[in-house]
Amino acid sequence: MASEIQIRVNERVHSVSADPDTPLLYVLMNDLALQGPRFGCGLAQCGSCSVLVNGAETRSCVTPISAVVGKSVITLEGLPSWYAKQKKLSKTPALHPVQQSLIDEQAVQCGYCFNGMIIQAAELLSKTPRPTEAQIRSAMNGHLCRCGSYPRVIRAIQRASHTMASTIEDGENASFAQQPHAAEVER
Amino acid sequence: MKGTTPLSPLPRREFLKRGGALVIGWSLRGTVVDTHAAQDAATPRGAVAGPFDPKQIDTWLAIHSDNTATVYIGYVELGQGSTTSLLQIAAEELDLDMSQVRTVRLDTNVTPNQGGTYSSSSIARGSPAIRTAAAEARQALLQMASKKLGAPVERLTVSKGVVTVGAMGGESESVTYGELIGDQLFHLAFTGTAPVKPVSDYKLVGTSPVRNDIPEKVSGKYVYLQHVRLPGMVHGRIVRPRGQTAYGSGAKVASLEEQSIAHIPGARVLRRADFVGVVAEREWDAVRAARDLKITWEIPAVLPGSDAVYDQMHAEKTSDRVVLERGDVDRAIQGAAHVASGHYRGPYQAHAPFGPNGALADVTRDGALVICSTQDVYATRNTLAAILSLPPQKVRVQYYEGSGTYGHSCYDDVAQAAAILSQLAGRPVRLQFMRWDEHGWDLYGPAHVGEVRAAADADGKIVAYQYDGWHHNWSAVETSAQLALGTPASEWRDGAAQMVNPSDCGGMYDIPNVRLVNHHVPGMNYLRGAWLRSPLDLSFSFASEQTIDELAHQAGVDAYEFRRRNITNEHWMGVLDQVAKASGWEPRPPASKLSNAKVVTGRGVGLGTHLTSYGGAVAVLEVNKETGKVLVRRLYGAIDAGLAVNPSFIENQISGQLVQTASRMLLEEVTFNKTNVTSLDWNSYPILRFEECPEVFPMVVQRLDQKSTGAGEEVMAAAAGAIACAFFDATGVHMPEFPLTPNRVLAALRRA
Repeated sequence: MASEIQIRVNERVHSVSADPDTPLLYVLMNDLALQGPRFGCGLAQCGSCSVLVNGAETRSCVTPISAVVGKSVITLEGLPSWYAKQKKLSKTPALHPVQQSLIDEQAVQCGYCFNGMIIQAAELLSKTPRPTEAQIRSAMNGHLCRCGSYPRVIRAIQRASHTMASTIEDGENASFAQQPHAAEVER
Repeated sequence: MKGTTPLSPLPRREFLKRGGALVIGWSLRGTVVDTHAAQDAATPRGAVAGPFDPKQIDTWLAIHSDNTATVYIGYVELGQGSTTSLLQIAAEELDLDMSQVRTVRLDTNVTPNQGGTYSSSSIARGSPAIRTAAAEARQALLQMASKKLGAPVERLTVSKGVVTVGAMGGESESVTYGELIGDQLFHLAFTGTAPVKPVSDYKLVGTSPVRNDIPEKVSGKYVYLQHVRLPGMVHGRIVRPRGQTAYGSGAKVASLEEQSIAHIPGARVLRRADFVGVVAEREWDAVRAARDLKITWEIPAVLPGSDAVYDQMHAEKTSDRVVLERGDVDRAIQGAAHVASGHYRGPYQAHAPFGPNGALADVTRDGALVICSTQDVYATRNTLAAILSLPPQKVRVQYYEGSGTYGHSCYDDVAQAAAILSQLAGRPVRLQFMRWDEHGWDLYGPAHVGEVRAAADADGKIVAYQYDGWHHNWSAVETSAQLALGTPASEWRDGAAQMVNPSDCGGMYDIPNVRLVNHHVPGMNYLRGAWLRSPLDLSFSFASEQTIDELAHQAGVDAYEFRRRNITNEHWMGVLDQVAKASGWEPRPPASKLSNAKVVTGRGVGLGTHLTSYGGAVAVLEVNKETGKVLVRRLYGAIDAGLAVNPSFIENQISGQLVQTASRMLLEEVTFNKTNVTSLDWNSYPILRFEECPEVFPMVVQRLDQKSTGAGEEVMAAAAGAIACAFFDATGVHMPEFPLTPNRVLAALRRA
């Protein structure tokens, strides 16, 4: 039976009426009209529905809404302010460094998988700010891309790692453009 | 509350306030209400059904008061960047910069009919019309400016849409395109006299402005098909057997208990013949209803099964066609110094778009709106009209990008299913295929059997080459139409893309005696088939390039050198040299450095393409002889596609092609038993992941003086050949079948 359930998404509390076993994804897409998390498999196999739940990458397609009550859900839309809060920046940037570096590397093809890619990479960099290429590949391994954009995504995560390091060192004036191409993957 | 006060869909205003998914209102008579298109709809476009007169400037572009232009393009953006490339061409001819041009989504009431977005031909087929239209518009604008400024056209110059008369530093007068025609129609037919820019004057074409869709794709603002909602709609799901049944033999509903979903409020079963679906106000309820509905099917056990499919195809009574015959292969092979032959097999492979296809349909007695991710809005309109018994002009098809499709995935099937559901429901329906629907009911790239024999003389010159290929053709009827209307299954008529491909099968080499035979297997009681990115080419190249390497091996000649000896075409030579050089190729015959180590490495070179362009590749891989595991470490890929309008996009395309080819050669195969397909998700149909992704090295041969040809798939065959040859180099064994899974590899090594 449907019941009123309160969930905290992107730092705002929303009240939704749904069966407690409804997967979080359908609530985010249809009740909250968010476009970041999206349907890919409904089986937790691909990563297109990923969100952060208390900072950990989570597959919203198999997570019942009841399981996130009392927790903080961050979607792609809320990632820049989540990042600003984490890094104690005075101003929220328009994009998370991973998002900006994906633009800088022109990494996207169809782009459908990039919600999950960005969420997972943001989680990785929040825990491992300077990952090796092997660590990146391992952390990202649960996210599939049918277009084969992996090489440029790896490069973009390396670039974002540099950006975030200089954000800490230089305050908020880090320049994305000055980062060298980490051309280990695609030359 | 659910069932009595549905929460979804939200009222339109509420949706917009929340800044989220797009809601579309529509009318066949009125203008589309579309938050994106509305900004562009300065002229009352959308009021009438296309196709529009291709000789009218207004069909192709509109100039707005703010001195920007909208270019109406008949090709869909599939994440390949071709929309941006076509805008580059339009901006070039109009003397606008990239910030002044944009386009709109495909819509049979708005955009021109340029045919489908197939065969990587958007630039090749699309650019002449758009280039001409932009040049005609520029000429018309200059004539208007000439009148306005009182100066002859010859004295006018244009920069960023500002027409100026007079010398630099001296007195000058100017007027903008926007001031000349802003938001008015040209009402002009092509004159056929407008000059197009000489290549030497290009400022934008051949450069790499960034793709305009990427910022929204990473921020989450980009509207994919999966985000679109219609007012008053319900959510739908289809109910079919898990995994498709034999094409042409169908599946019949044996029993259906509607009461089995009575516990799901508001959920309804909709049925027409053997087409079954469910709708509900809330999406999760539709998902649950499809899951819980008690239904049994009568399914004939007539499929060969994935293990027996090759032998069955090879034994079929086929209709044969000699695709190419030159000289006398049999005579040339007799007495040749080196002879190689082999029997090779390539599996059914799936498009498997990352987000399963979806569609929205609003069907009434007077007309229909269908929103989907088709590669060809006009073709889809025609089939929908037939299914709905409406005239084509009463059906409006709008395109929204879904996830990458790589050919004919389920986009037409889902559009038909949504239309049928809406007709049955009497309401707008949003239908989302589930993962098992998309994986299980795809129109797969067909399985293939290839037999090759070839011979070389003592100098390493290829003297004879024969290729016999067996496969069925594309399926012409979608599953929804078959289940709902009983439309009989049929196949496409044979065309160049469905036949043994001379470009892959020896065509790059100068061979005096050649025979290519296509053995068309009748497609009934096989799986559904359609074009999958670089259709059939991977199978051709897998067989053909291994045969070439066997000749090189027998002749004791390096694989790169052997190919050089047999090529005179400068395009093939160009891509071959480029990948060899980039990979630091060191000469030695293939399989001449075998080792007893557990893990052995090899390198291979391959050539191939699809219908146009020239692809070359080098692969470096390792084989674990104990586990049978193959890892591709590096892939180099080069393309010569004539004029590269945007080289950076093509590099990104090559990069994707190399990774996808590694995936298809190492992992991907559709499995099926006598009744159903059994590979229904990413576990049973695995694709390459981050950890096993090779380093890739994409290269573009720029040819400014030549016509643009395809660049979205033409390196894949080359890479498939290179991977197969690298395996031979590492192990001394030719793989007879791909994908190169551990079991297959171990079996091949044991047999050797």
